[in-house]
Amino acid sequence: MSSPQNPSPTRWFKALRRPRTGDVCLKSGATACSEVLKRARAAFQAGRTVHDSFRLSQLEALVRMLMEHECDFVDTLCRDVQKPRFETVMSELMIVKNEALHAISNLKKWMEPQRIERNWATAFDECLVVNEPLGVVLIIGNWTSPLQLSLVPLVGAIAAGNCVIINPSEICTHTAELLHRLIPAYLDNECFHSVVGATHEIPEMVDLKFDHIFFSGSKEDGIKVAQAAARTLARVTLVLSGKNPCYVDKQCDINTTARRITWARFHNAGQSAVAPDYILCHAEAIENLLQALRCALQQFYGADPRESRSFGRIVNEDSFNKAKDQLWRSGKVMMGGQVNEMERYIAPTVLLEVLESDPIMQQDVFGPILPILTVQDADEAIAFINSREKPLCVYAYSSNNKLISKIMNETSSGSFCSNDSVLQSLMVGMPFGGVGASGMGSYHGHYSFDAFSHKKSCLLRTTRIECMTYLRYPPYEDRNLSLVTLASSLNLKSQGWCTIL
Amino acid sequence: MAKIGVLVMESQKQMVERLRGVFRSGVTIPVHFRLTQLEAMLALLEDNEAQILEALHEDLAKPKFESVLSEIDMVVNDLCYTISNLHTWMQPSYVGTNLATKLDDCFVRREPLGVVLIIGAWNYPLQLILLPLIGAIAAGNCAILKPSEISQATEKLLAELIPKYLSKECYAVFCGGPEETKALLENRFDHIFYTGSQSVARCILQAAAVHLTPVTLELGGKCPCLLYGRLDMKAAAKRLVWAKFFNIGQSCVAPDYVLCTAETRDKLLPLIKEALETFYGPEAQQSPDMGRIVTDRHWDRLVELLKKTEGKVVIGGESVKEEKYIAPTVVVDVKESDPLMQDEIFGPILPILTIKSLDEGINFINEREKPLALYTFSDESQVVTTVLERTSSGGFCSNDGIVHMTLPGLPFGGVGASGMGSYHGQWGFETFSHKRGCMLRGWGLERINVLRYPPYKESNLGWLRWATTAKKKGWAGCSIM
Repeated sequence: MSSPQNPSPTRWFKALRRPRTGDVCLKSGATACSEVLKRARAAFQAGRTVHDSFRLSQLEALVRMLMEHECDFVDTLCRDVQKPRFETVMSELMIVKNEALHAISNLKKWMEPQRIERNWATAFDECLVVNEPLGVVLIIGNWTSPLQLSLVPLVGAIAAGNCVIINPSEICTHTAELLHRLIPAYLDNECFHSVVGATHEIPEMVDLKFDHIFFSGSKEDGIKVAQAAARTLARVTLVLSGKNPCYVDKQCDINTTARRITWARFHNAGQSAVAPDYILCHAEAIENLLQALRCALQQFYGADPRESRSFGRIVNEDSFNKAKDQLWRSGKVMMGGQVNEMERYIAPTVLLEVLESDPIMQQDVFGPILPILTVQDADEAIAFINSREKPLCVYAYSSNNKLISKIMNETSSGSFCSNDSVLQSLMVGMPFGGVGASGMGSYHGHYSFDAFSHKKSCLLRTTRIECMTYLRYPPYEDRNLSLVTLASSLNLKSQGWCTIL
Repeated sequence: MAKIGVLVMESQKQMVERLRGVFRSGVTIPVHFRLTQLEAMLALLEDNEAQILEALHEDLAKPKFESVLSEIDMVVNDLCYTISNLHTWMQPSYVGTNLATKLDDCFVRREPLGVVLIIGAWNYPLQLILLPLIGAIAAGNCAILKPSEISQATEKLLAELIPKYLSKECYAVFCGGPEETKALLENRFDHIFYTGSQSVARCILQAAAVHLTPVTLELGGKCPCLLYGRLDMKAAAKRLVWAKFFNIGQSCVAPDYVLCTAETRDKLLPLIKEALETFYGPEAQQSPDMGRIVTDRHWDRLVELLKKTEGKVVIGGESVKEEKYIAPTVVVDVKESDPLMQDEIFGPILPILTIKSLDEGINFINEREKPLALYTFSDESQVVTTVLERTSSGGFCSNDGIVHMTLPGLPFGGVGASGMGSYHGQWGFETFSHKRGCMLRGWGLERINVLRYPPYKESNLGWLRWATTAKKKGWAGCSIM
C-alpha cells in the first residue's frame, strides 16, 4: 500500500479500507453469495449460457486453466496436505481435464433433443424431450478432493447451460484461494463465481434459493443441506461419505489385492470418500493378507513412510486429532501407528482385532488407518454390510466370479468394484453417486449433464389435422371412446392390436 | 390408526418395518414377480371397471368418458408399455472401456431402492396412485400407497382392491388424514412420491431430509396458455376449452390463464362460447359431461375468487352450492394483481390477460414461477419455437392441452416450483431405481497397474498422462485405469 499523495484524512481512510490483492474476502460467505447470485441470475436470464458455443468456450477455458496452472495447483495441494505431485496430477487435474474434454467432444450430442415413440393419436406430431438448463447452480466442494469435487460438477453444470456459484472448501485453504483467484480470470465473470464460506454458513447460502445444489461432504452436513433445500424446493445432489466395506476372500491373488487396497487406502494419506474404509477378511486369508500388506507398504513408502515423498499429511489439526483418537482407541496396531503432531503425520496403519463398537467403526475415517475385521465367510460379510447404512462403495476381492456376483447382488451401495478400488468412481462413462445414507443423484460424464438439466417433454401439434382429436370432445359418446382408446395405445406385441387403423 | 378396515390394526411404524423385512427377503426382485404384479393390476382394472367408474363419479361427478380416458386408459397403457419393455429396462447398460480396461466389465445396474411411499391426490385419484405404483413395482420395490382422503369413494375402493389383487406382503394401502400422514412421514422411506401442493411438499421434503430420502414432487402451478400470431382460432378454441374444462378445470396441467392480444381475445371469445355450447349444450349444468367441484370447501374458494375478481365475467359465472357446480367461466380485463392471478385456480374459471407483443407474453411468464405445463397456440412455427426456447416448464405442448402427459414415452414432471423428478413409462422405472455403477476387474494387466503405485516416478506419470488423456469422441475411459 503506497502512502497517499495528498494526506487528507478521507483519502487515507479510504486507502486503509481498500483490500489488498490476495486478501481473502472479508464478507461472510452468505452475503457474498447473495450478491453474486443476483449477477448470475441476471446473466442466466439474459440467455448468456444458452448457446453451445458459449458453453464450449467456457469448458475450453477451464482446460486451459488446469494446464497453465498445473504447477500452482501442485504447489497449493502440497502446502495443504503435502500431496505428492503425482497424485495431484493423476487424481485431481487429469480427472477434471478428462471430464471437460469428454464434455467438449460430446456436448452437441447431449444437447440434441430425444425423439420419443408416438402412438396413432400423435402420429403427425413431434414428440421430444428437450434438455434445459436449470438456472443457477450452487456447488459446494469438499476438501478430500478439492479440485475434483468442485470442478467435475462444474463441468456438468456448464455443459448443461447453467450459471454456477462454487464454494470450494475453505479447509484446503491454499487451494481454495487459488480457485477463488483463477475462476474469475478464466471463466465468464457474470455467469461463474467463486465464494469462500465456512461449512456452518452453507445452510444460509442454500436458503438464498438456487435451482440445484451439489454437495459433497459428511452425512450430518448433507442432512443440513437437504433441510435448507427443502425450504426453497431446490433440487439436490448429495455425495456423502460413509464407511465403504471391502471383502477379501480366501480365494484371491493376495499380492495384487494387497497392492490395490494399499494404493486405494493410503493415497492422499487416507483422506478419501471412496477408499475402502474397513476390510472384512475371510479367516483363512488373514495371515496372508497381513503379510502382503506389509510388503506393499514397504514397496510403496519404504521403511519409514515419513521420509517418503509419495506419502501425504493430514489436512488440519482438527482432523489429525480425530484420526489419532480413532487409531488409539480401536483394535490393535499391527503395522504403523506412529504419529507426529507437528507434521500432522500419521503412519500408514493397519489395525486388527477391531470391534464393531470401536470408534473407528462408528465414525468416518479420514486418515491412513485400515481396520481389518475377520469373517468366517462371504455370507457373514454380506450380513455385516447390510446391517449398516448403504455406503458410497462396496468392494470385493475374489477370484470366484460367482461370489463376486453374489456380493454385488445381495448388497446395495452407490457403486461397486471387484478386485480393485476407487477406479469405478473415476470413469467418465459411469454414474457416480450415493444411495440411502450415502446420498442421492449421480454425476460424471453425461450423468453430470443430466443432473444439471431439466428434461422438458414437448408435444408439438398442429391444428390442421383434426383426424383423431375430435373423438375426445364432448358430448361424450361410447363408440368414440373405444376408438380413442385404440388410437392412444402404443403398438403392443402382447396385445395383438390391429394395425389397419 | 387407519380409518378403513383393511390391514388396519398395525401401526404405521409396524407397516413400514414389515415391508422392509419383506423387501430384504428379495421377493420383489425377480422379473417374474414384477410382471405378475403388473398383470394383476391389469386384471384389477379390467374386472372392476364398473366400480371404479362409480367411485370416480361419486367423488367428482366424473363422466364415464373422462374416467375411462384419463384414469383407466392411462394406467392400462402404462401397464402394457411397462410389461412389454421391463426385460429391456432391467438389463444392465454396458459402458465402453479403454485399452487398459478391456479385460474388465463396466456396467450400470438398475437396483430397487427398498420401501417407497406414494401419496396420491384427489383430482385424478386412481391415476395418481397407480401410475407411480407401476414404476415402483417395475423397479422391484415394496410400496405403501396413501390415496387422498378427499376422494373418499376411490380411497375406499383402492383399499379394498389392492390387497385383493396385489401381493399383500409387498404392498399396503394406508388411509388417513393430514395428521396420520404426518406421523407416517416420520418413518424412514427409501423414496417418497408426492402429488399435491407446494406447501405440503415443503413439509414432506423436510421430513425426508432427516432420513436423506429422495423425493419426487408433482406440484401444480399456474399453467400459462399463450395464443399468438397466425392461428386457426376455431380449432384452438375447441382444444383450449377441452383442456380447460376437462374434469371441470381440476387438473394440475389445465391451462390456468390465457395470454393473447386484445384482437385475438375479441375473435376468440365467441368461438369459446360456441365450443362450450357444442360440448355441453346451452345449459352446462344439465350436461352429463360436465363434472362437479370436489368438496364444498373447494367450491367456496372458487366462488370467492369470482366475487373478488376485478375482471369482467363475459361467459358463465353461475354457481349452484347444493350441486358444487360452477359454470364454465371466462373473465377478461384481468390484471396481474387480480385475485385470480395469485394461486393456481384449479377450477372452471379462465382469466384472459392481454399482451401487446410476444416478448411481453414471454417476459410475463418468465417473471413467475416455472409451471408444470406451458401451452402455445400458433400456426407459426417460429412463434412456437421462440416460446419453447425462451421459457421453462415441466412440459410443453403446442396447439393443444394436457395430451402431452398421456404418452408413456414422455417424462411427466415439474421443474422449480412445479416439482422435481418425473415418471410415466421408463421414467417411472428409473425414478424408483438406483443406478449403480459396477466395475468387475480381473487380476491381469498388473504390469500397467503398477504405473500408478508409489514410489511415484516422473516417467510413470508421463506415460500414464499420455495413456489416459481423453483424445477422441465417445471416449468413456477411466482416468487412472
